[in-house]
Amino acid sequence: MSGDDAELIRAARSQGLQVALAVSLYGVSFGALAVISGFSVAQTMVLSLLMFSGASQFALIGVIASGGASAGFAAVASAGLLGLRNGLYALRMSPIVGPGVVKRFVAAQLTVDESTAVGTAQPTLAASKAGFWTTALLLYAGWNIATLAGALLGDVLGDVRTWGLDAAAAAAFLGLVWPRLRAGEPIAVALGAGFVTALLLPALPAGVPILVVAALTIVLALIRHRQSPALPSEGEVR
Amino acid sequence: MDPIWGFVIAGSLVVLALKLAGYLVPQKLVEGPAISRVAALVTVALLASLVVSQTFGGEGGIEFDARVPAVAAAGAMLWMRAPFIVVIVGSALIAALLRFFLGMP
Repeated sequence: MSGDDAELIRAARSQGLQVALAVSLYGVSFGALAVISGFSVAQTMVLSLLMFSGASQFALIGVIASGGASAGFAAVASAGLLGLRNGLYALRMSPIVGPGVVKRFVAAQLTVDESTAVGTAQPTLAASKAGFWTTALLLYAGWNIATLAGALLGDVLGDVRTWGLDAAAAAAFLGLVWPRLRAGEPIAVALGAGFVTALLLPALPAGVPILVVAALTIVLALIRHRQSPALPSEGEVR
Repeated sequence: MDPIWGFVIAGSLVVLALKLAGYLVPQKLVEGPAISRVAALVTVALLASLVVSQTFGGEGGIEFDARVPAVAAAGAMLWMRAPFIVVIVGSALIAALLRFFLGMP
C-alpha cells in the first residue's frame, strides 16, 4: 500500500468519526421523545437497534404519539416509505462492501444516510470501505448509547409539552429535510407537501395525510420523470 | 400484549427488509433515474409533511400554539447553519419558555 492510499484511508476514517459523533448526539433527542410520547425504554431501544434509521424512527413515534394505536398502520407505512431510500443506498454500497453473507447482512443494517454519504464520497475503493465502515459502526454504537441516555432522561422528564419537546420533534423533521432542499424541484415538492398536509389535517385521522402526500408525490415524480428525465440531482445521497 | 409492540417490530422489520433488498436485488433491475427521483422526492415530501403535522397537528385538526414560533426559530437557526443538536435543543427551549412565562398553549 502506498503512502497516498494510507493517507486517503486515514482521511476517510476521520471524516466518518466526525460525522458519527455529531449525528449520534441526536439519538438523545430521539430517546427522550420516544419515552415521553409513551413508548417504553425497551420499545425505544428496539427501534434504535433494529430499525436504525433516524427519520423512520421519528416518523413511527411521531405518528403514533399523535394518533394512538389506531394510527399504527399509518405509522408503519410512513416509517417504511422513509426507509425506501436506504434500499437505494444499499444498491450503491453493494459493490463497495463486496462479497460475504454475514458482512453484507451487517452492512445492510448499517446502510443509512450518513454511512452512505461518507462511503460514496471517497476517491478510492479502499477509502470508501474505510469511510463506510467507520461511520456505520461508530454511528450504530453512538446512536444506541445516545438513545438509551435520552430514554432514561425522558423517563424523569415527564410531560412532553412542559419541556417543549413537541416543538423539538417538529424541528427535528425540519432539520432532516433542510439539507435536501438544495434545488428547485425538492423545494417545490416540500412546500407543496406541507401545504397539502395542512389542508388534510382537519379532515383525516392522524398519520393518514402523510400517506396521501406520499402517494401524490410518487405519481408526481413519475409524471415529472416522463416529461423531463433529468439526471438525479446532487441531493440524491444527502 | 401492548399493540404498540406490534407496530414497533413490524416497522423495524420493514425498514430492515428494504435495506437488505438493496443488497440482494441485482442492481440493474431496479436502479434507474426514475426510481432515484421517486425515492429522493418521497423522502423530501414525507419529511415536509411531518414538519407540518408535528407543528400544527392536534385535537380537531389544526392548532396554533408555542410549537409554531419554536419551529420558525428552528428554521432561522438552520438558515444560520447552526448544528443539528443546537436546533433541537433551542427550539425545545423556546417553546418551553413561551409556555412557562407567557402561558402560551
